[in-house]
Amino acid sequence: MNRILLTACLLGLTANACGSDTRPAAEATPKSLTIVAYDSFAFKSSPFDAFTKATGIEVKIVTAGDAGAMLSKAALTAGNPEGDVMWGVDNTLLSRALSSKVFSPYTSPELTKLSADGVALVPNHDATPVDEGDVCVNYDIKWLADHNLAVPKALDDLTKPEYKDLLVVENPATSSTGLAFLLSTVAKFGQNGWQQYWKDLRSNGVKVVDGWDEAYYTTFSGSSGKGPRPLVVSYGSSPPFEVIGVEPRPETAPTGVVEASCFHQVEFAGVLRGTKYPKAAGTLIDFLASLEFQQLLPLNLYVYPARTDAAVPPEFDQFAVRPAKPLTVAPSDIEKNSKSWINTWTDLVVR
Amino acid sequence: MTGLANRLPRRLVAALAAPAVVFIAMFYLWPVASLVAKAVTLDSVRAVLHDRQLRAVLWFTTWQALVSTVATIAIGLIPAWLLARYEFTGRRALTALVTVPFVLPTVVVGAAFLALLPDSLDQSVTAILLAHVFFNVAVVVRGVGGLWEQLPQDLVAAARTLGASPLRAMREVTIPLLAPAIYASASVVYLFTFTSFGVVRLLGGPANPTLEVEIWQRATRLGDVGVAAVLSVAQLLILGIAVIWFSRIQANHLVALGLHPLNERRRARSRRERISVLAICTAIVVAICMPLAALAERSMRTGSGHTLAAWRSVFGGATPSQHPVANGSVANSPVDALGSITTSLRVAIVAMAISLVIGGCAAFAIAALGRSGRVLDTGIMLPLGTSAVTIGFGLILAFDTPPFDWRAAPLLIPLGHALVATPFVVRLLLPTLRSIDPQLRAAAASLGASPIRAWREIDLRFSARPLLTAAGFALAISLGEFGATTFLTRRGRATLPIAIEQLLNRPGALLHAQGFVLATVLATLTIGVIGAVEALRGWSDRRA
Repeated sequence: MNRILLTACLLGLTANACGSDTRPAAEATPKSLTIVAYDSFAFKSSPFDAFTKATGIEVKIVTAGDAGAMLSKAALTAGNPEGDVMWGVDNTLLSRALSSKVFSPYTSPELTKLSADGVALVPNHDATPVDEGDVCVNYDIKWLADHNLAVPKALDDLTKPEYKDLLVVENPATSSTGLAFLLSTVAKFGQNGWQQYWKDLRSNGVKVVDGWDEAYYTTFSGSSGKGPRPLVVSYGSSPPFEVIGVEPRPETAPTGVVEASCFHQVEFAGVLRGTKYPKAAGTLIDFLASLEFQQLLPLNLYVYPARTDAAVPPEFDQFAVRPAKPLTVAPSDIEKNSKSWINTWTDLVVR
Repeated sequence: MTGLANRLPRRLVAALAAPAVVFIAMFYLWPVASLVAKAVTLDSVRAVLHDRQLRAVLWFTTWQALVSTVATIAIGLIPAWLLARYEFTGRRALTALVTVPFVLPTVVVGAAFLALLPDSLDQSVTAILLAHVFFNVAVVVRGVGGLWEQLPQDLVAAARTLGASPLRAMREVTIPLLAPAIYASASVVYLFTFTSFGVVRLLGGPANPTLEVEIWQRATRLGDVGVAAVLSVAQLLILGIAVIWFSRIQANHLVALGLHPLNERRRARSRRERISVLAICTAIVVAICMPLAALAERSMRTGSGHTLAAWRSVFGGATPSQHPVANGSVANSPVDALGSITTSLRVAIVAMAISLVIGGCAAFAIAALGRSGRVLDTGIMLPLGTSAVTIGFGLILAFDTPPFDWRAAPLLIPLGHALVATPFVVRLLLPTLRSIDPQLRAAAASLGASPIRAWREIDLRFSARPLLTAAGFALAISLGEFGATTFLTRRGRATLPIAIEQLLNRPGALLHAQGFVLATVLATLTIGVIGAVEALRGWSDRRA
């Protein structure tokens, strides 16, 4: 039956029957709802107990690789989704999610409480912003001090001779952190200027590795890996995690953030098109945007809540950096150009 | 060929082949076909044909695989010879140890390998080749060694008596006799190095992607599943041709031998012999233990200095759900580290059972079918040459409609592992089955044994030991399987390699160290499984 309805939708025969809000008002209450998420969507406690208590609906989580793999699978199964709600499409993937019609629109009453920038990225409310953060250059405070080097203040500083052979970045072709950094240089130097910047970075000895883990824990000197390089592309919220959970607990974070290098990331959640329970899925989106749930995000997913009135742990206030004006690129430009940018980057920097 | 084939009743051969045929059709061919049908358009084919970068990728993939294969065979023959020919204390432990790198996930051991690599080799093709030898030596030791230990010594002895130097006897007698096993191993190593993913990403640096990396990148990072599927099919065709070529030479080198079910290992006699045995053993132990030791070392790095904090937090007893989130504390991990061990063991046992039944039956059928068995043989090898993304995405497309909506079914993961493990079960059994002297069967028949009885008494008896090896391999492969698992939708608990990868990608020294705790556990478990198989084999030797 579902198939027939879907085919009808695709053919545009019954345009009204396909939207989430035109279903019969008496949508049955499901026993459970499923959230499709990326692998690292995991919590120390069970965060959905309150939702289950209030609605009687259990929440199940299925994971499906990293955010990119998750979205590709969702695009392949658009209209016949693996769950009811999807968590974790960020602004670099957003445009692809919208054009492959993964979501069905839902306007959450919580929207007014969420970051206005995030909400503005999805005018028809296909998806709801749920968390945010920044990809920024981090530095090893002690290493720079020991070598009498000033903290770099801007992206331009990184091409100066005193920072030769000190920076490690992730490959934008294989790492979302690496892609975010490439995008921050596009935002900063423009569509025609970023190429020269990377040529300069290359002659200044930038090292490119496969992913964040290798960059941060093997090559960067400021974390437990004690690698050789004091500058790394990581997150604005990385420094607090050099304090939290470290025994013995250091007084202050051993690493800092170059604020002018930050690229802004916003993650979205949305109702998956084709769910049998669009109404219930909507209430789950409301829960994901609720104060209670949003306050769990910093220590579980290492991001800032999208909700402006949510509190963050004191270590975030002390050691993390949340730039007032981070760099960004419009999602549609990202989708249109990321392949050619990555190809050009590969030719310029690693070939 | 037919002279070598066993004359089993046709119906029995068909029944033996059936599980493999159904399995491959349902969980491999159909999913891959579904993906191709859904994602591939004329545009994606055109895009592939006109992409200059892709040609470079294909060229690099091909030549690095060839060089890696030759290097692995050349180096692998040394431990294969040592372990098949010499008896010494700790031989079984060493055999187990050699096997471990092959079944550990490269994304995990790659990190340790990276930490040990001299800076000058970092991000070089040499690093890729070294790692390929390291990870694949086991294929040669197992594949060639399995035949070598049953090779009658009298031929070599005769050559020596006739004045051949040990080297000449090796070159002109032993190696030609081993040729089928060498080519069989080479085809597996070639498959694995051609489709290399973790090693290439971690050690090769961004300048040298393989086709497999390119496919993954297109499908997940750029969202171009169509192009990824086209590339995947192209990769399959290339590898299909290679495998057929390998199995043809393998068949040409086939010699029926009077295999001895018992080994003819001996202790090193002369001083020189003893020194070389000791030297090779030391080299093997050092080469394999250093990266493993690096895993253990990194599991103790939590903040300043070395502590056992990560080990305590994994095995401390508290399950994640018992602790409410205390503000400012990440004392316990969001990843259920302890649970992933039991999950992995459970999955591995199911995957082993599936692949032993399917692969075991198929191997007998292939051996009995002779020439036409090659089609089945190649079919079973196909999943090894197909990128994990393609299989993973295909499976969710193929099983997406009720009552077959199995997209998050727990059984899908062991099934995926079985796809990867079954070819090994077949590969480990076939050389022995094919080398059984047909005269033995003729003798059995003339003594009045029915074909089935002869098969039971001869083929089954000779294959007991490779079957045991295959079981251990299947178990270990499933424990370490990473690629296919990442793309299958999972509900709840992660397997060990997945949990490791997740922990390594989280901020915080403690969680990172926990990842290495699990990596150490995985390495230990793998050594344990392979070691147990070796011990069992030893026990069966003594009984026989």
